[in-house]
Amino acid sequence: MNTLLAICVGVLYSAAIYLILRRSIVKLVIGLVLLSNASNLLIFTASGLTREAPPLIPEGESMPAIVADPLAQALILTAIVIGFGVLAFAVVLIRRAYEVVEADDMDQMKGTDT
Amino acid sequence: MKPVPEHSLILRVTGLFILPLLILFSLFLLLRGHNEPGGGFIAGLVAASAVALHMFFTSVEAARRMIAVDPRDLIGWGLLIAIASGLAPILSGRPFMEARWIEMTVPAFGLVKAGTPLLFDLGVYLVVTGTVLAILFSLAEDDVQ
Amino acid sequence: MSTNTLIVLPLLIPLLAAALCLASWRSVLAQRLISLVAVLGLLAAAVALVHGIWQDGIAVLHLGNWKAPYGIVVVADLLGAIMVLLAAITATAIALYSLGSLERAPEQFGYYPLMHLLIAGVCGAFLTGDIFNLYVWFEVMLVASFALLILGGERAQMEGAIKYVTLNLVSSALFLAAIGLLYGLTGTLNMADLAVKLADHQDNPMVEVVAGLFLVAFGIKAGVFPLFFWLPASYHTPRIAVSSLFAGLLTKVGVYALFRTFSLMFPLDEFVLRPVLLAMAGATMLVGVLGAAAQFEFRRILSFHIISQIGYMVMALALFTPLALIGGIFYIIHHIIVKSNLFLVAGLTYRLGGSYELKALGGLYKRAPWLAVVFLIPAFSLAGLPPLSGFFGKFILIRAGVDAGSWALVTVALIVGLLTLYSMTKIWAEVFWKPAPSEADPGVPPPGSLMILPVAMLCVLTVAIGIGAEPVYRLSERTAAQLLDPSGYINAVLGDQP
Repeated sequence: MNTLLAICVGVLYSAAIYLILRRSIVKLVIGLVLLSNASNLLIFTASGLTREAPPLIPEGESMPAIVADPLAQALILTAIVIGFGVLAFAVVLIRRAYEVVEADDMDQMKGTDT
Repeated sequence: MKPVPEHSLILRVTGLFILPLLILFSLFLLLRGHNEPGGGFIAGLVAASAVALHMFFTSVEAARRMIAVDPRDLIGWGLLIAIASGLAPILSGRPFMEARWIEMTVPAFGLVKAGTPLLFDLGVYLVVTGTVLAILFSLAEDDVQ
Repeated sequence: MSTNTLIVLPLLIPLLAAALCLASWRSVLAQRLISLVAVLGLLAAAVALVHGIWQDGIAVLHLGNWKAPYGIVVVADLLGAIMVLLAAITATAIALYSLGSLERAPEQFGYYPLMHLLIAGVCGAFLTGDIFNLYVWFEVMLVASFALLILGGERAQMEGAIKYVTLNLVSSALFLAAIGLLYGLTGTLNMADLAVKLADHQDNPMVEVVAGLFLVAFGIKAGVFPLFFWLPASYHTPRIAVSSLFAGLLTKVGVYALFRTFSLMFPLDEFVLRPVLLAMAGATMLVGVLGAAAQFEFRRILSFHIISQIGYMVMALALFTPLALIGGIFYIIHHIIVKSNLFLVAGLTYRLGGSYELKALGGLYKRAPWLAVVFLIPAFSLAGLPPLSGFFGKFILIRAGVDAGSWALVTVALIVGLLTLYSMTKIWAEVFWKPAPSEADPGVPPPGSLMILPVAMLCVLTVAIGIGAEPVYRLSERTAAQLLDPSGYINAVLGDQP
């Protein structure tokens, strides 16, 4: 399972980098989405996988021997929430940029570079 | 949103039925959040998606009228409530953000536990709903122009 | 109020101000009042915090009373407290400047709440003791800065913002990946606890990978060579108050994160990445200043100088001797004040001359001799002329470089100092000395007293740091000692455990 997830992370990262390097701004944003998801999956894999119970223990019971690590899940959840906010902003931004520049092309956006 | 009077009948009818259910569901998620899966963020998303659904089968103006308050107010007040929940324990001399609970017995309802984490969740709920709606409305209103 | 409670104030005041400004979005007047009260309150809290830490040592607050390393802690050591104080000074100056300079539109579209949110993110990043929390504050700061950057919606702003957003999101993703790997390695996120646990993993090559990821992630945020390209592409596009806020604070959060991680978690003494950091420092200084020499737009020259100055700070970190760190901290104190001020001066110049292009400006010495004075003070300080604040920062750093035998780096630092002076004299000659290219009216209202006041304040502060360098030096000395011996930090956070 670890190997499979590791391969998934790798594929996500490479797809993300490929998309970020494209000229199209829409693809750029999709690439950023993939990049943040790849990082989330990486945290999930790196913090150890278990097949056992979820980290919710009913009142009055003691902790079972193996439970999934709740902290890693909390991290991912927070990262997803933040990613959601940032990407919502990015979508608004590319829309506005498209209205101003009238092209979905990074090459048309070199006005501030030199 | 462009004037599209020919919204699908099915969408409009189901929308009308689903809207109150979604709002109720979001409140349910909000209230159970502390001890079980749920919470302010996810509840806020559900509430926002309910309003978004309403926006799809009517119009932006109708959706704005329906929620009656401006999304920016929601963000501001939500943030204030969340901060207040962190400040409450300081007033009684405890560290910042420590959870404080009040237990009370409500007639015909049983034991109710209310506390600062719930207040915090309520703040998050309002902030999330407000933010999502502010973004959605501004994008949808662009389409009109 | 005890210092331990005091350390939430720098987080709470801007957050509360942001919430209040949002809740009263209908009234610009209310937002202005709230902003003014909030920045002054923040300034007072920051002064009290530095004073408290100086007296009583490192302060720690366990949020929600959950003890470290399980709960989230807010920690203020001298470095964190000084950075908060600098943020508060910058925020005060910029809030005053904004009150005097902004048009109605940005004020109505959320400038004030965003500004406070940005300050909250910056202060949070300086004070948190938890690496994941650092990520969260970084993102708070970034989201606010994204929105501030495009406030106004001109084409240049959009183009700049797309580059800024992309590179910063890549940096965040790398930071997040590094946190994930670090957590997998050690099972903790508390920075003090990480410092303890990482000491047991010294031979693990994974530690170097994680440190490398942190270096790239923070390097992008700090604008270090070869990762700085987003900075000169975007910093000159927004309103001048926003540019100044960014110039003073944002890259410095990246620098702070580098200082924190590479003194506490990955002490640089014998670390493999040290030569990399040294090379980056030299290249950053040189490329930044050369970029500035090639520019003829006021704000772009200043943007490139930010990069070259970041090089000095990274040099201090890379040398990692006590003297170098003292110099680095002195330099950060000097730089934040001077750099924000120079951007504000550029704003005043625009109001008088109607342009940011050096070619279109001229004759300002005749028209406004006071502006020439307030330009020369920060400009000469930036170039490092005595007795201004920049001289001592550079002097200590170069002395530390000589002591460490890094002759190449010392040579670069000296050359860059000269080139900085060249850049500043270029601006002087073009903007103030040469006759005005046209007698036409600039077409913008002249600056009001609320815009001049903060510039004058920062000038006085620059001179004061130069003349009263001794106390600042002692402050930096103790800060550097805390950085070099992290055991004090670790004990303060974790308690005196076996």
